[in-house]
Amino acid sequence: MNGFQMLRAATVNEAASLLQEHQDAQLIAGGQTLIPSIKHGLARPAVLVDLARVEGIRGIIVGAKNITLGAMTTHAEVAASADVRRVMPALSALAGNIGDRMVRNMGTIGGAVANNDPAADYPAALLALNATVQTDRRKLSAAAFFVDMFTTALEPGEIVTSITFPLGAFAAYEKFRNPASRYAMVGAFVARDNGEVRVAITGAAGVVFRFTAMEEALRKSFTAQTADSVVLSADGLNGDMHASAAYRAQMVTVMTSRAVTAVGRLQ
Amino acid sequence: MTSISMTVNGRKVQASVADNKLLVEFLRKDLGLTGTHVGCDTSQCGACTVEVNGSAVKSCTCLAVRADGATITTIEGVAAPDGTLHPMQEAFREHHGLQCGYCTPGMIMSTIDLVKHRPDVSEAEVREAMEGNFCRCTGYQNIVDAVCAAAGKMKGAGK
Repeated sequence: MNGFQMLRAATVNEAASLLQEHQDAQLIAGGQTLIPSIKHGLARPAVLVDLARVEGIRGIIVGAKNITLGAMTTHAEVAASADVRRVMPALSALAGNIGDRMVRNMGTIGGAVANNDPAADYPAALLALNATVQTDRRKLSAAAFFVDMFTTALEPGEIVTSITFPLGAFAAYEKFRNPASRYAMVGAFVARDNGEVRVAITGAAGVVFRFTAMEEALRKSFTAQTADSVVLSADGLNGDMHASAAYRAQMVTVMTSRAVTAVGRLQ
Repeated sequence: MTSISMTVNGRKVQASVADNKLLVEFLRKDLGLTGTHVGCDTSQCGACTVEVNGSAVKSCTCLAVRADGATITTIEGVAAPDGTLHPMQEAFREHHGLQCGYCTPGMIMSTIDLVKHRPDVSEAEVREAMEGNFCRCTGYQNIVDAVCAAAGKMKGAGK
């Protein structure tokens, strides 16, 4: 594995100054994507700034109108939280199905969000639930945050500190998992809030996106039958050794329909 | 190089390690604890699973420097000091939950973690929860039998 120097930060400010001092530095959160990437030579950072001991960016806070997850909160902690299960069961289930139990013990929401893997689960939840990404500099809406494949609106040296999800929506997430990597070949996060319906799709394209034609149809009639009748064009979708673009387009409808059924059961 | 100290299987260890040294390399090469295996080295197979601060993790995807200060248990630290096997080890033996045995240390470390967190785990849940451990001999049936049997005993013993 390529060599690098590891620097530990104790506070967000210290992490920010270390990033400024070392222009070729990269943050490490849980490391479940970054370490394999370094092994494969896909990332070659000279310096890693370790967020593991940074205070105040780990933990779950449930408020009256929202829930905030510190950036260094692991998937296992989110999945095990009785608070998360009570106020947002869809998020709890999503976290409990990321990777496998060992990966969930290390991987973090902040790392997952900042990495913006096109097949990651959390971006779909953030987009469908209108979450806000808090950084050390500003707040960003999920819609503004996820820009493109492995690309976010984060500026150089900017650090994700927490994610806030508004409460109130009925929501469900369904994914078709790659049986080896456990990433979403296609994942659909459906959120229904009063008359509003949002459908976010991950795994199907270069970056998470809202399936607006599906949303419009579901706004008029929120049923699995309606979802089954809305088909996404395969143009521009991912096609690879695991699934063709046409197959993924079909899975978008299937996963959305299952999520709609699951939301229906909640209401 | 960074100076680190940790407790491994109840023993305090101190070392100076390269920042890019993986935890699994540290355990195997520096400490000689070769019971922890490297299967895929890509975070998929789970042969390298160890317990760090009470949670099972894949030591091929952890850096040794980040385990500074941690309490670690490897397969060598699972049995009682007098050699009495842990109920999970005993169940793997009793149910012949192995073929070549290469994946076994990781299977045991990950399922001890599973049963500790979910004492009432069902057989279906065991199958689902073991998705991060591969047995390339495909001897899963006896492995699942072993885990279910051990879960019952661990619950009884309050372990």
